[in-house]
Amino acid sequence: MPDAPLADAPTGTLMAGKRGLVMGVANDRSIAWGIARAVAAQGGEVAFSYQGEALEKRVRPLAESIGARLVLPCDVTDEASIDALFAALQQEWGGLDFLVHAIGFANKDYLRGRYLDTPRDVFAQALDISCYSFVAVSQRAVPLMQPGGSLLTMSYLGAERVTPHYNVMGVAKAALEASVRYLAADLGTAGIRVNAISAGPIRTLAASGIGDFRYILKWNQLNSPLRRNVTIEEVGGAGLYLLSDLAAGVTGEVHHVDCGYHIVGMKNPDAPDISTV
Amino acid sequence: MSETAEKVKKIVVEHLGVDEAKVTEDASFIDDLGADSLDTVELVMAFEEAFGVEIPDDAAEKITTVKDAIAYIESQKG
Repeated sequence: MPDAPLADAPTGTLMAGKRGLVMGVANDRSIAWGIARAVAAQGGEVAFSYQGEALEKRVRPLAESIGARLVLPCDVTDEASIDALFAALQQEWGGLDFLVHAIGFANKDYLRGRYLDTPRDVFAQALDISCYSFVAVSQRAVPLMQPGGSLLTMSYLGAERVTPHYNVMGVAKAALEASVRYLAADLGTAGIRVNAISAGPIRTLAASGIGDFRYILKWNQLNSPLRRNVTIEEVGGAGLYLLSDLAAGVTGEVHHVDCGYHIVGMKNPDAPDISTV
Repeated sequence: MSETAEKVKKIVVEHLGVDEAKVTEDASFIDDLGADSLDTVELVMAFEEAFGVEIPDDAAEKITTVKDAIAYIESQKG
């Protein structure tokens, strides 16, 4: 696999004077971390939220490594917890320029097998955490934002088409992508933009819950136009664009950062039989 | 100590931030070395990268001690 460009985040002043919250960093492989680094390297100030102690101990050192001062707890299933997070941000910063929502959850027992077998409670929880939470945090973020504010969430191709094992998560991401469009329409007159990145598969901690993830990675590597998988640095670059004023005219968009895989309709004829590689 | 064993122990020491002396072959990641459930997933990912092997979920679930990790990696490397 050829080396991906942008091994290190390019520095500059694109985000100078902007402050934002990044939700959903778990460790240094996290997609949200790729975005946070790209933003920080361009002069943006980042606050992080985490859920629970296990994640706090991972996020804190990363935050410190880019000089981030605010590392705050948030359970997105709890309205009071979200209120407390945004109250703290308001108190510390007085306003907010951007928000990155990289949060999703589904019971991993149902991220394999048939979507048909999804129970009601598993469905409700997946949709609540993976989709509604973006609406819930947007409700609190918007009053802190000025025109030019930018909201960003993370999706995957499984929202648009069937991908193996993604099941209820694909349905949740479809709802999330639809939410991006409705929120963009609601917030356009306030000058606030809402977009999503549909990233190709990346080996994150969260991805370890998806059945046969190695197969998905291999398939994308062999069949994407760029013949490789995307990196968190590359998603970081696209995130930086959507959060910055470079994308001032872009809203309601689901932007694919997947080495082009989303345009592919059939297996690349040069790709070997995947069962043997 | 085999090269694999040495490398496994080094990864465990670095990832969990534990004293090298505690990382014996019988040490359990969770019970003896203070790993949480996310650490065990991260360790498996680190082993896969360092050794260029694939550790499927069902095999990963059975890797609970340093010895288990060394044995699995050596079996895959042939």
